[in-house]
Amino acid sequence: MPKPIIQIEDVHKHFGKVYALRGVSISVDRGEVLVVIGPSGSGKSTLLRCINGLEHVDSGNVVVDEIPVTRSTTNINAVRAEVGIVFQQFNLFPHLTVLQNITLAQRIVRKRNQAESERIGRDLLGKVGIPDKANSFPTQLSGGQQQRVAIARALAMNPRIMLFDEPTSALDPEMIKEVLDAMLLLAKEGMTMVVVSHEMGFARAAANRIVFMDEGTIIEDTSPEVLFTNPREERTKLFLSKILH
Amino acid sequence: MTSQVERQSTAIKGGRLLPLPRNIPWWIVILAICGLLILYFITTSTSYQETFTFLASGVIRTLQLTVVGYLFALVFGLIGGLGRISKNTVINTVATLYVEVIRGVPLLVVLIYIAFVLAPAASSLVSQIATALNAPFLDNMAFVFRDDFMRGVLGLSIGYGAYLSEVYRAGIESISRGQMEAARSLGMSYGQSLRYVVLPQAVRVILPPLGNDFIAMLKDSSLVSAIGAVPLEAELTLRGRMYSATTYKAFETWNSVALLYLMMSLGLSVIVRYVERRWSVPK
Ligand SMILES: Nc1ncnc2c1ncn2[C@@H]1O[C@H](COP(=O)(O)OP(=O)(O)OP(=O)(O)O)[C@@H](O)[C@H]1O
Ligand SMILES: [Mg+2]
Repeated sequence: MPKPIIQIEDVHKHFGKVYALRGVSISVDRGEVLVVIGPSGSGKSTLLRCINGLEHVDSGNVVVDEIPVTRSTTNINAVRAEVGIVFQQFNLFPHLTVLQNITLAQRIVRKRNQAESERIGRDLLGKVGIPDKANSFPTQLSGGQQQRVAIARALAMNPRIMLFDEPTSALDPEMIKEVLDAMLLLAKEGMTMVVVSHEMGFARAAANRIVFMDEGTIIEDTSPEVLFTNPREERTKLFLSKILH
Repeated sequence: MTSQVERQSTAIKGGRLLPLPRNIPWWIVILAICGLLILYFITTSTSYQETFTFLASGVIRTLQLTVVGYLFALVFGLIGGLGRISKNTVINTVATLYVEVIRGVPLLVVLIYIAFVLAPAASSLVSQIATALNAPFLDNMAFVFRDDFMRGVLGLSIGYGAYLSEVYRAGIESISRGQMEAARSLGMSYGQSLRYVVLPQAVRVILPPLGNDFIAMLKDSSLVSAIGAVPLEAELTLRGRMYSATTYKAFETWNSVALLYLMMSLGLSVIVRYVERRWSVPK
């Protein structure tokens, strides 16, 4: 049996007095799409950010593609180049054009030349459906377009894993679909994805597993069918009744 | 009492007591007239001509002090500012001490302290190391601590470096944390993220206060007159003091000195505004 691409073992994390992760263990297989749901403050973002080392864990292990992220001797930049992340607030670089946003790290981290990184950038912009926006600045784009640029920017590094932290919750309703479509395409191509999102349509269509978190722990880890029809835990039922419809 | 009421009512009715057109910047007009008057004096009065001739080298010196001092201050400020936002306790503490100590002491005292306490100490320390290591070239390098001009530059740049640290820090902190996180998430190092993502954005925030401090430094360079020792290398203020002390022409001297500073700072502010406009990309 192949090893899981993400292994998280008994991770604990405090922010001062806030106990954000209370012994979380989970693993994700290659090509799997994992959707994480849970109430605000339950630790979803923190868990995601531990995977690419944006947060340091207090204790426990995070291993990504057999590289121990949590070991201090690990070159974290090398891990991050393999793990793309898309944020709720897009975080595009406003002083650069769309194409420059996508080529910057390719050139600096992947050491690709200008022509090659631009070719890759334009291909990806086509893939996310905005080939004509290469020379615009991020502020000239709609939220949905900005988020698709953010996805293209992450993909340009050829990551083996993509993390999404509520990628559509800062978007107007009419723009959510275009971003979810780009994510669905990615899932179909076999990308390993961890997605924090309450878009249940996406979960139904793409998720292999759904994890429900509350108060820094994983309450339930199951298939979408089971979760939607017959969740085991009361807390999960209660939460689902709040977000469905 | 009545006159006050009258004045108020005129002010309300006419808007202003004097019917001056509002859109002309009158202070510039007055300045220009004064400038022309002084120009007239310079070209006609030998007394003013002599004064200006004597002060000329001081103008050059002042500009050199300002430009070189400011370039160093930009570097010290960047280092200090990055230190202030560093999460490393040692670096952060050293940077905070530097900034707080310098900002809490008058610049004049900073200049004097560096010129007469720190620089001589550093100079003899380097000499001792040079003798111990038998490396005379090292001793030659200690000229920065002995040379009049360099001691002025050192004082001004260390002093202004502390002020600029706060400018850099505020500028960098004004860029949202998400920018650094996005850059780091793409695999860029801290330094690369600063250089390619955070600083280019921070520059636009930092530029106006940096420009103001450049002009402020030009004026504060006159404090270097307190530590100058070599008459031929004196900056403008010291040149002025020397001239008025020997000729007793206080009126001509200080008119000229003030005018020269004014012309320099107006000139610099024109340059600064130009640079600001060039760099501030429309949002
Ligand atoms: N940088 C931080 N400093 C202090 N506390 C933090 C920090 N980041 C997260 N927390 C706290 O840790 C807890 C978990 O936060 P986290 O952002 O992981 O929750 P979440 O499940 O993503 O919530 P949301 O749905 O609101 O995004 C919360 O109580 C939050 O206030
Ligand atoms: Mg969150």
